Amino acid sequence: MILLLQYTLIFSAVLILVALGGMFSERSGIINLGLEGIMVFGAMSGAIVMVLLPAGTSKFTIVFLTFLASAAAGMISSLLIAVACINFNADQTLIGTAVNMLATAAATVIIKAFNTSRSNGTDFSAKLDYVMPQKAFIFNIGSLQLSWFVVVALVLLVIATVFFYKTKLALRMRACGEYPQAANSVGINVYAMRYCGVLMSGFLAGIGGIIYIAAANSTWHFDYGVAGAGFLALAVMIFGQWKPERIAGAAILFAVFRSLSNVYMGIDFLHTLPISGTVYNIMPYVISLLVLAFTSGNSRAPKAEGIPYDKGQR
Amino acid sequence: MNNKNLFGKPGFQTLLASVLCAIFGIILGLIILLLMNPQHAFEGMYAILRNFFKYSNNSTNLMYYMGSTLVKSVPVILCAEAILFAYKTGLFNIGAAGQYTVGIIASLYTGIALKWNWFLCILAAVLAAALWGFICGFFKAYFNVNEVIAGIMLNWIALYICNIILGSPVCMNQTKSETYNVSAPSMLPGFLRGLFGNNNYMTIAIPITIVVAIAISFVINKTTFGYELKATGHSKDAAKYAGMNAKRNIILSLVISGAIAGLAASLYYLTGIEHYKISSSVPQMGFSGIAVAFLGGLNPIGAIFAGLFVEYITLGGQYLNTNYYNPQVADLMIAIIIYLCGFVLFFKNILNRRIIAKSRISREGGVMK
Repeated sequence: MILLLQYTLIFSAVLILVALGGMFSERSGIINLGLEGIMVFGAMSGAIVMVLLPAGTSKFTIVFLTFLASAAAGMISSLLIAVACINFNADQTLIGTAVNMLATAAATVIIKAFNTSRSNGTDFSAKLDYVMPQKAFIFNIGSLQLSWFVVVALVLLVIATVFFYKTKLALRMRACGEYPQAANSVGINVYAMRYCGVLMSGFLAGIGGIIYIAAANSTWHFDYGVAGAGFLALAVMIFGQWKPERIAGAAILFAVFRSLSNVYMGIDFLHTLPISGTVYNIMPYVISLLVLAFTSGNSRAPKAEGIPYDKGQR
Repeated sequence: MNNKNLFGKPGFQTLLASVLCAIFGIILGLIILLLMNPQHAFEGMYAILRNFFKYSNNSTNLMYYMGSTLVKSVPVILCAEAILFAYKTGLFNIGAAGQYTVGIIASLYTGIALKWNWFLCILAAVLAAALWGFICGFFKAYFNVNEVIAGIMLNWIALYICNIILGSPVCMNQTKSETYNVSAPSMLPGFLRGLFGNNNYMTIAIPITIVVAIAISFVINKTTFGYELKATGHSKDAAKYAGMNAKRNIILSLVISGAIAGLAASLYYLTGIEHYKISSSVPQMGFSGIAVAFLGGLNPIGAIFAGLFVEYITLGGQYLNTNYYNPQVADLMIAIIIYLCGFVLFFKNILNRRIIAKSRISREGGVMK
């Protein structure tokens, strides 16, 4: 049961962060299908930092530098989307798909080259081990074991929610996602706001990436990318109707089912039920599809998302 | 006058843009190779581009590997066709990946567990995938659920159903954790195997793909139905006003798109070239299809060439000397090319603006005289 709780916490942390990232981007008017790819870039940089830091490094430095590297890599890779979609009016779905492909291929190439040079040509794998540095993320309060990953996610959720509802900047960003020409008419720089949204999504998805690979595992094979977690987060975001508090709820729902499929064997009364683990995996998607069917009549999707901004249009 | 200018023709612009993307991609690929290992970079790029022509002194081997490239490009070309067909109706069928997955389920279950005739297997895959497309279209038309969102959900549902059905003991060799061989009657009939160095995977899948591409091109450009689909894509409300049934068109477009994706799966897996393994992520094929569709300039015939090119480069990665590079460099190149495709629209706009400006100058010059 404790295992279930732990898995749920970790999965919800990942899904909340990445889905919030998607939300900021879409609220500013840019569909970010490249979340998956941004996660890969974030995860890769964080993992490389963890591997490279010498054994004696203090816990704080490890945690801080890992998060920093992931967030920075996420933001830099999100620029790929920002430049193409904001300045060059590229098709946002196409660019997102391209970034996903690019990320998995690039991560495999980079990690393989990294391993090869580190091992003097004996290790060609795309796998990184970070057993020791990963321990730096765990701390105890009494008998309760907690991970910095979950704490950081929680803090970021609170910050993001307050930011989203209470600041001028967020209000302006949201205006650009609904009716950019109107926003422009009152002097808001639509391009800058959209850059803001995409960069925030890069920041959050990058951190989400490192949590996804490092919170429950101590090694990761980068040829798999992040195995669809980015798309899952997209589903969470839609289920959460582009609102932070609802996204948090949706993420927990998805995370519970996802964890159930992993640990149901260990829970006696679930184990005796004739349900395969895969069924738990399907449930969140079926539920969200049905919920969407009944709520999409008045969909809350930002009105201008996916449409390149044209200053002259009215 | 404008129309006589070669650069003013949309078809030529698309072709030019795609070729430029490919060339830029290759140049960037070379730069990446240079960064990784400067001494062997040109040699490496030569290996990727020369590809199976490495065997040009042995025609049997040459034809064999050329055949393999053709076989492997079939699914990605057809997925691209599926996506561009829906795109003409203004629908982004990201659910093609799920429809492809459902196609895998139907073709392998009927091919392994039920041992049906190959034709029936293909039919089963096409119908199952069409049903999957129908679900997506139904939600879009009647409940206003965005097709991208419904598609993503349906992709995952399809994946998990696939893992349940094909993971069962009748289909999957539990010790090797991959599906059994497709039964003999379900294998696709051969096609020109002798010509392609007795390549056993050469099947009628290849001519079928070409016929399907031509048929799609015909339907989109020459039929009333195709016109209605395009009209619905341009403006749903205008189409409705003109007496077209927009809801029906949306559903039909996704049904046909799904059917093509299902065909892609069956034409690939029924050759026996690959076994299905339990997977934790949706097959990449549907997403590669998006890429190929755009690289082909959203043209059904263009998609054939784009698909062949993408597969050629991807497989070309295997000819790299693994002491210096790893084969995924080729995937990276493809991803870069696809990314560059995003800039095509911008490129075309610049080109058109120039042409318009030029023609205005010449026209005004004429008045002055």
